[in-house]
Amino acid sequence: MQSSEERTSPQTKSILRFLRPTLNALGVPLLAVLTAMIVGGLIIAFAGGDPFMAYIGLFEGAFGTPKALSETAVWASPYIFAGLAVALAFRGGLFNIGAEGQLAFGAVMAALIGYALPGWLHIALPAFIHIPLAVGFGALAGALWAAIPGALKAYTGGHEVINTIMMNYIALNLTSFLLNGPMRDPNPLNVVARTPVIAVNARIPPLFEGFRVHWGFVLALLVAGLVWWLLWKTTLGFEIRTVGANPDAAKYAGINVKRTIVLTMALSGLLAGMAGTIEVTALNYRHELGFSTGYGFDAIAIALLGKTHPLGVVLAALLFAAMRNGGTRMQFLTQIPVDIISVIQALILLFVAADAIIRYIYRIRAREERVVLTRGWGG
Amino acid sequence: MDWRRFGFIALIISVLFGVVVLIGHVQIAPVIIVTSMLATTIAVATPLTLGALCGVYCERAGVVNIGIEGMMLSAAFFGWLAAIYMNTVFGIAPMPSLLGGVAAAILTGGLLGLLHSVLSVTFKVDQIIGGTVINILAVGITGFLNRQLFFEKGSIFGGNVPHAPGVLPRIQIPLLADIPVVGRIFDQQPITWAAILLVLVTHYVLFYTRWGLRTRAVGEHPRAADTVGINVIRMRYANVILGGMLAGLGGAYFTLESVPSFEPLMTNGRGFIALAAMIFGNWTPFGAWAAALVFGAAQALQINMQFFREVIPPQLAILQISYVVGLAPYILTMLILTGIIGKNIPPAADGQPYEK
Repeated sequence: MQSSEERTSPQTKSILRFLRPTLNALGVPLLAVLTAMIVGGLIIAFAGGDPFMAYIGLFEGAFGTPKALSETAVWASPYIFAGLAVALAFRGGLFNIGAEGQLAFGAVMAALIGYALPGWLHIALPAFIHIPLAVGFGALAGALWAAIPGALKAYTGGHEVINTIMMNYIALNLTSFLLNGPMRDPNPLNVVARTPVIAVNARIPPLFEGFRVHWGFVLALLVAGLVWWLLWKTTLGFEIRTVGANPDAAKYAGINVKRTIVLTMALSGLLAGMAGTIEVTALNYRHELGFSTGYGFDAIAIALLGKTHPLGVVLAALLFAAMRNGGTRMQFLTQIPVDIISVIQALILLFVAADAIIRYIYRIRAREERVVLTRGWGG
Repeated sequence: MDWRRFGFIALIISVLFGVVVLIGHVQIAPVIIVTSMLATTIAVATPLTLGALCGVYCERAGVVNIGIEGMMLSAAFFGWLAAIYMNTVFGIAPMPSLLGGVAAAILTGGLLGLLHSVLSVTFKVDQIIGGTVINILAVGITGFLNRQLFFEKGSIFGGNVPHAPGVLPRIQIPLLADIPVVGRIFDQQPITWAAILLVLVTHYVLFYTRWGLRTRAVGEHPRAADTVGINVIRMRYANVILGGMLAGLGGAYFTLESVPSFEPLMTNGRGFIALAAMIFGNWTPFGAWAAALVFGAAQALQINMQFFREVIPPQLAILQISYVVGLAPYILTMLILTGIIGKNIPPAADGQPYEK
């Protein structure tokens, strides 16, 4: 190792120096994914399945055909938004476990604006007004849903973990009420809790004719770039990161910590609300009860796997999307329940969080830098 | 635990009961309604009580545990699985099978407690992330095995769910259960009795034994505890595993005491409510139990509202929508967390890994 490094030319050396942090940042998550897949394979084998067939099915289902690729992108869109939501909160020292509720509330509002607004105004709105209105209100609803626990945290000290979980249940109950009552699809053939379909002009169009992948996916990638810009190129981003790293230091530096906490949660909720909004305006064209179950928890795993960096989040979201999408094909081919994907995802999260395990297995030296994610209840 | 908090809790429970009496008294005598509400409240509060006690042990030792939900869900599944296995595959009588199921549930909880302590004490993983891992893992593994073992062709049970050996039988307290009307309260199932007993035991252990003193020392000031020769790591491991076992017993409630079946995600957030109950009760066993009873009363109210559906007067029609009543415990929890009924004081070293 030492000698080979000495023999390399200065150019290679500088490239290596440039690449090393990236490799180091990517290495552990990649090995974590690999290890989780191996353990997942053992569980599949233990339960009487064929792990190789399972993973072949998984890969085919995720990338095998243009349609599979399109579906992976469809899955990835809400994952990117929700993952960014959790990651942004982590950067601000907050654990937003309530992406689920913010997403659901955002979806409900987007659906409401989508189907009811033309009726209220007695005119059909053009798409360039109706789409931004539906998306905007959905995102704002998510922001509001997260700002409440944010404000409670900043001004009363109520811990955001419990409060965002409580907000999840409140959103769930409220959504059940709205979709079974005032917002229920009045079509006499309808037997499930869902809203009417949204107006044609409120729908985000597909990217390609004949495929479900939509402009929401492109928007998700753009927003990921925007979040990066916000966090590292703006004053607000600096304040968010400083409060996240050390609130006391932030206070002495003259940053309004309470305001920053509320703002961080609101922005996080805005992103989570976007995840729900995209599902309504670009994919399902309505909100149906229970469509979003699990996005919130997946988002936590995605944010952690992506090391709370926007680029990492996009990559992690694509991986999770591929697994979710391919899982259906895997179940079809090998009869292995798609739930195994959750097991593998939990294992990935486990190995990423406890990177000491991965470092021990693969003999990787420890890195000095450590992102502080959460603190105890005192916070 | 201050008396103000208990007073507040008693007030909320009275209000919840009062609403049902107000609506139901035209059909059924108030004393019968209150008795039935109380009996239901105590029963449905069982998993919350046990989950909250799990939280008390873990957090008094300085380990935050948000994985109670996952522990209960896993225990509910594996306890049920063990009972079915013993009953159908090995042909053991229903009663020993059920008890074996309870043991398996406790074991499952204990093992997840071990996982949580390995993660948070040894590897010093962020404890909230450790809990999240347990929650996601529980959803995946129970969903996967449930489908793989019971619903797939060629699986062990050949694609059909076998009949569970029933639920744990009721145990009546002699004399008290014989009192007319009110006796119904003293006619409960074993895990419910165990939960109440464990509240008393936990209070005693935590505040009147050497073990409890050491546990609290490790949670308040681990360095000081270490200096006087207490093994911080070992105390934390022991308490988190013990807590996991209690959560496991709470999980057994779902599949071996409440209903004889398993459904994916059947704990339905009860673990998080238990966590809230622990904070609501200010990290004390009696407080946690009282808080669990509040959530239990809200649930009992929802159950009884369905029963009295036709006699709800029009001016209270909003109560017909069970979602609205269902919101009460969550909003209440958020209010409690703001500190309006006294400050919530967690153990000082709660959530911090101990570095020697």
